[in-house]
Amino acid sequence: MAYRSGNPRYQRQTSLKELGEDGQERLYNAKVLVIGAGGLGCPALQYLVAAGVGTIGIADHDQVSLSNLHRQVLYSTDDIGLSKALRAADILASLNTEIEINAINTLLTSSNSLDIISQYDIILDGTDNFASRYMINDACVILDKTLVYGAISRFEGQVAIFNDRKEGEISTNYRDLFPDIPAEGEIQNCEETGVLGVLPGIIGCMMASETIKLIAGIGDPLINRLITYNTLNNQIYELEIQALPDTRLLIPSNAGEFKQTDYDWLCSGVSMPELEPDLFTQMLDHSEISVIDVRETHEIPLINEFEHQNIPLSVFRSKLASISADTVILFCQAGKRSAQAAKIMSEYYGNSKKIYSLKGGIINWKK
Amino acid sequence: MQVKVLLFGQLADILGNSEIYLEDVSNSDMLIETLHLQYPELLNFKYAIALDNKVISRKMVLRDNSTIALLPPFSGG
Repeated sequence: MAYRSGNPRYQRQTSLKELGEDGQERLYNAKVLVIGAGGLGCPALQYLVAAGVGTIGIADHDQVSLSNLHRQVLYSTDDIGLSKALRAADILASLNTEIEINAINTLLTSSNSLDIISQYDIILDGTDNFASRYMINDACVILDKTLVYGAISRFEGQVAIFNDRKEGEISTNYRDLFPDIPAEGEIQNCEETGVLGVLPGIIGCMMASETIKLIAGIGDPLINRLITYNTLNNQIYELEIQALPDTRLLIPSNAGEFKQTDYDWLCSGVSMPELEPDLFTQMLDHSEISVIDVRETHEIPLINEFEHQNIPLSVFRSKLASISADTVILFCQAGKRSAQAAKIMSEYYGNSKKIYSLKGGIINWKK
Repeated sequence: MQVKVLLFGQLADILGNSEIYLEDVSNSDMLIETLHLQYPELLNFKYAIALDNKVISRKMVLRDNSTIALLPPFSGG
């Protein structure tokens, strides 16, 4: 269906001179995917649908449960046990009959998410676990999609826009803010800590608002910035995010590598043992140990103090099978990439090899 | 000199306050070490560090009235 101007449904927003018919047409031509039709996804969806975003995907594999209803107010008591994606699509289709709504009643994984995400322009992350959040971030980086991020805990929420370029600026992503994947249990989830029902309502609406601003090209969207909002004291704190040199190396470099990445495992909280620098020095004397530098080939300082091989993280997966030693110590500049490489290696070899990562990286060892 | 530290999420629970002040910490590494000594539980958490509303990834010099914020990631949705 082609865009029809002067639609009375949108009169109150097209009469905003900043938005106008031009902005409305942009909204109609936009394709937005909302991942997670829960606390954040529901309010975001309601306003995006009402605002006339032309194509909206709703991805969720979960069903409505009684404990969802205090915050996921799109659903009613009769919906308990029904698929969130299908139910949300049904309810929203009656709110706006002039747009296309696609229900994706599937769990997004590293094998299917690139195909799904690639069909949309802007992705909203309203998921409730770190494995999904890191996976969606990485997929958006690989596919060059704008990511509208929202997350909540108890009385506080965070909103940001990642992977979008303001003119002359470098885009940032979630890993520039949180390069280290938190261990399971380190950060409590809503189930454990509780969440005030209106909080995801507020944060989800902010996500919708940022999405509309991005599409219509109005205002100053939160690109490369994050705000936190605290419902208890109404304080808003804003911070600027900068692109880190190492971040891109933590993200799979292409679709093939992405599909092989097990995000549930990476975020499982099983952390590989880290070697203190002193112990590392002692272990270097053992000849049966293989030491591997996972930095990229151009990186300095060059290491000539001990024997080692170089397998950069960017090609690490493809070279895994060639590692023959039973005990392996991985190192990088600061210890983050080697920790990730250790997890990748352990995913591949299980318990058949002893795998260590040098704590604090080679910089710390050289001190 | 005095530096203001803002705590978000669970970090505020650990320190018992969402805002504290530290004296005589001349750089961000020293500030984090001081906090770790006083609140060892912090060592179990990952968080972003911002200096005067900008995320930092290396040691930065602190001045009188600098504000440091520690933000943990939230997973909830």
